[in-house]
Parts: sequence; C-alpha cells; structure tokens
Amino acid sequence: MADIKNLEKIVSQVRRDIVRMVHQNNSGHPGGSLGCTEFLVSLYNGVMEHNPKNFSMDGKNEDLFFLSNGHISPVLYSVLARAGYFPVKEMATFRSLNSRLQGHPTPHEGLEGIRIASGSLGQGLSVALGAAQAKKLNKDNKLVYVLMGDGEQQEGQIWEAAMYAAHNKVDNIIATIDYNGAQIDGSTDEVLSLGNLKAKWESFGWKVLETNGNNLQDINNTLQEAKSLTGKGTPILIKMSTQMGNGVDFMMGTHKWHGVAPNNDQLKSALAQNPETLGDY
Amino acid sequence: MKKYEIQNVKDTRSGFGEGLTELGRTNPEVVALCADLIGSLKMDEFIKENPERFFQMGISEANMMGVAAGLTIGGKIPFAGTFANFATGRVYDQIRQSIAYSGKNVKIAASHAGLTLGEDGATHQILEDIGLMKMLPGMVVINPCDFNQTKAATIAAAAYEGPVYLRFGRPKVPNFTPVDQKFEIGKAVVLNEGTDVTIFATGHLVWKAIQAGEILAEKGISAEIINIHTIKPLDEKAVLASVKKTKCVVTAEEHQMNGGLGDTIAQLLSRQLPTPIEFVAVNDSFGESGTEEQLMTKYGINTPHIVEAVQKVIARK
Repeated sequence: MADIKNLEKIVSQVRRDIVRMVHQNNSGHPGGSLGCTEFLVSLYNGVMEHNPKNFSMDGKNEDLFFLSNGHISPVLYSVLARAGYFPVKEMATFRSLNSRLQGHPTPHEGLEGIRIASGSLGQGLSVALGAAQAKKLNKDNKLVYVLMGDGEQQEGQIWEAAMYAAHNKVDNIIATIDYNGAQIDGSTDEVLSLGNLKAKWESFGWKVLETNGNNLQDINNTLQEAKSLTGKGTPILIKMSTQMGNGVDFMMGTHKWHGVAPNNDQLKSALAQNPETLGDY
Repeated sequence: MKKYEIQNVKDTRSGFGEGLTELGRTNPEVVALCADLIGSLKMDEFIKENPERFFQMGISEANMMGVAAGLTIGGKIPFAGTFANFATGRVYDQIRQSIAYSGKNVKIAASHAGLTLGEDGATHQILEDIGLMKMLPGMVVINPCDFNQTKAATIAAAAYEGPVYLRFGRPKVPNFTPVDQKFEIGKAVVLNEGTDVTIFATGHLVWKAIQAGEILAEKGISAEIINIHTIKPLDEKAVLASVKKTKCVVTAEEHQMNGGLGDTIAQLLSRQLPTPIEFVAVNDSFGESGTEEQLMTKYGINTPHIVEAVQKVIARK
C-alpha cells in the first residue's frame, strides 16, 4: 500500500521546487510540471524499482522511466533529486549556463536519472519501446514507463510506435498520457482535437486504463493495476486526467501557464500554498 | 602506378549484408532493424540465423530510429537499415535528438544512396545525406567504396562505441579492395601514389578515380589517389601530407557539392594549406530516372569529369 501521507509531503516540496526553479531564471514550464507532480512522485517513490544511488545508463534489472514531453523537466528534475539521483542543490542551476539541468532533459551532460534527450515531441514512446525490447532480449523482467503529453498525441511518430508495440506484444511497458486538455496555443480541442483517445489507443491494440492524475490514491491504484496487467501480451496505456498548474490556484484551469514563469508576488503566493516539507534547495 | 584487379562485380549493400551476418555470429549484442526493405538491405541471412535479434519496423522510419536508440540502453548494438533517403532526411530530428545528442550507439545502415539508385528517380536518390549526417556533433560518417570494404566497415562500425552513419549503394560495382581487410575508421587509404595532383574520392567514385588515374597516366599526369572512406572524422594528416606533395586537389563523390566530402577537404585546406581545388559532385540539382552510368554522366560525376577536373586544377597551380 502506498504511504499517501509521505507522498503528500514529497508532492508539496516538489511543487515548491518547480515554481522556484522556473522563477529563478524566469523561464521554464510550470503548468504541465505541476499537473504531473502526483504521478511522478508516486512512480519514483514506491511504484518503480530503481537504483538512484547507483545510476547506470543501461538500467539492467531495474525499472526505467522516459519523459517524452521533455518540457516538463522541472518536475522530473525535482523528483529525481528528491529521490537521490543527484544533489538537491543542483536545482539552483536549472536552465543556467554550464548546468546539467538543461531546459529540456538530456544525458549529454551526464545527469544521473536521464537516459534520453527529449523536447522535440513524439519520440519518447519509440525509445521506451526499444528499451523494453532490450529488456526482453536480456531476460530482464523489470518494466519500462513513459510519460507523454496530450498535445504530443498530434505527432505522427506516436502512432507508428503505438502500432508497433501492439504488433510486437511489447507487454513490459506502461505508457501514460498527461491528459490536461491544454497546449501552447489553447485547448487541445481548439488547436487540433484529439477525439476519443481511449478508443483510439484501444483500436491500436493497447489496454487502456483511466485515472485521476491529481489524486494520489487513484494514481497509485491505477499504477498497481497497470503493473498487474503487464506480461499478458498487450501494451498498457494510462489516460491520466490532470489539471495543468495543479496545487497553485492561480495557475489552474488555464493553458496560460504552460511556459510562463511566476513573478515575485506570484511565487510568494504559490509557495504559501505548498509548505516546505523536505527543505528547499 | 599500382594496377587494381577487379575480383568480381558486386553491390556494396551485399557487403553490408555479409558483414551483418558475420556480426550475428560473433557478437550477441548486435541486433538489426529494418523498415520494410529486408531484401534491398540484404538482411535475409542475419534474420534467418537470428530471428529474435531482428525487428521488422514496417514503413515507419521515425519509430525505427527511436526504437534503435532505446535498444542501446539495454546494451544492444542496433543496425537500423533503410534507403539512405529515409535513413537521414526523413528522420533528421529523430537522429539528432534521440541518437546524436543522446550519444546512443546506433549504426544507421543507409543503402541506395545517391544517383546510382537509378530508375526510381530523384525522390529516392538522396544527394544530401553526407552533409546532413556530418553536421551532427559526434556522428561518424562512413562511405566505403566496394563490397569488401563495406563488409569490413560494417564490422568496424559495431566495434566502435557511438553513432555511425554507414552509407552504401544499390548497383553492382567493381570489387577490388582486399578480402577480409582491416577497416580503420578515420584512416584514409592511399590507393596510388602520385606527384601532380591528389584525387580524394569516396564511395562509388573511388573506382572512377582509379580509372581516371589510368587515363591521366597516359597523358603523363601522375595522380595520387586516396580513398576517403571516412568523411568524419577526416584523416587530416593523410590529406595534408598528400597535398603538400601534389599542391592541387580534386574531390570526387556521389553527393551534392554543398555539404559533401569536397566541403570537408576544402575547409581543412583553407585553414591549414590553401590549395587549388576542383569538385566532382552534383551541383545543386536533383537527379532523375535513368541507369547509373547515364546518370553519373549527365550529372557530371563520371570518370571523364574527374580527368577534366584534374586538368583544370593543374592549370591553376
């Protein structure tokens, strides 16, 4: 059983990290980062079997996570640092010159916990599938997780990968879509409607679960259910409804905080809503 | 002048296929991916012997590059094969982000490069791929000249840690380099020593350069002929040593003049040893349907064009 109280503590601190990182350089993507905080905190604290203290690129015999929508790097950096992959104080370098915490994640600067570059959208699912197939060849029964955005579903490569996964029965992968209904230019419905994503993925041969990504209990239950469904010949997709900007009231319910940093007053307000639980970086 | 015997006439893609088959037997980490072109890429034997290590991607090259990048994360050495056009231009961003910037050990196996793809025409005749690939930081770019060398290059690519672009072609061409040669990435091969001009050639143009050398010898011109099978990293030492002696240069390649081997050589020489240079390459043009010989003649990259370029550059000395 997930320790929800403990996860809540981490979530509060991760939210603080996100808004502080984005504020300090006046750049970055707080909206989607905040929306996926409960999901990533859950994944790295109880769901995944992983080895933060001894990071290896090949990740043999551990679960792997790939972030396809790389612009939500603040939440990933915070969750990785808080899990022990790299020093928490390194978050102070986010998006600065000579940092390992680039605007979008990359293994190029040797940051522990990152195995692929992402930012140009649509590529993460393919990479995750390759890593999952390598695990099968290596007789490594651990799992591969990947998170995608919903706007990202507009990229054609996603559907190439979706078709490939089902055809090849890649059943050691759990993909998640952050379904927040928003992208840079507006709602996904206005920009390029996604239609019935559940039906689309099912028709591509995936088992689809739905969850509320901003409810720790729901997301933990769904991740456990997804794990129980692996190894049965079908790839697993979680359609995860979230609210962009979750946990910071003035960032919620709008796409305007996709890639905008808070000013000093807004930062103060955001931090007041999320108490310091593990010590700010 | 050394005389080169034609052992047989074979396609370089078959050299790739044979190299891959050998790797299948000797290196359990080597895997292969193909986007619906198994026969064209000569992968049949590898697949027959290692069905579990082959991934049929269907007609989805973007996904292929991503899956190949992912496979390296588990320690695999993937050879991702398709036509050069679909292996580069179509998936440039996938290669750039998921392979090159991510530093992944993917080998891009690109067949049917250049005009000599022939009758399929310009949609398939990529003449920009060397340029696209050499611009990517950390990407090794190899364009072997015949069957034996392509086989050796394939085996060498697997032994090298890092992304490699391996370019080869469709037509049957003279196979003249040694069987079971040792292929050293980044090491130019001097095929003929000479004193009046250096011809730097790559890929199918290497044999054309040898032919040009014979014609030039009859005219009393001594041509040094160097096979630049690795365009990146360039064997700068070998290039400079030869040019110091001959004092003029012709480059020859089945590629656009913009962005190809000639560019790379000219850049080095302009910095370190300014020298008259002429380029035998396609000049800012698409190809068209035709036989390989017709196309190489029409687009100015056949043996007589090398001879002509040599005469022109010697006059500029």
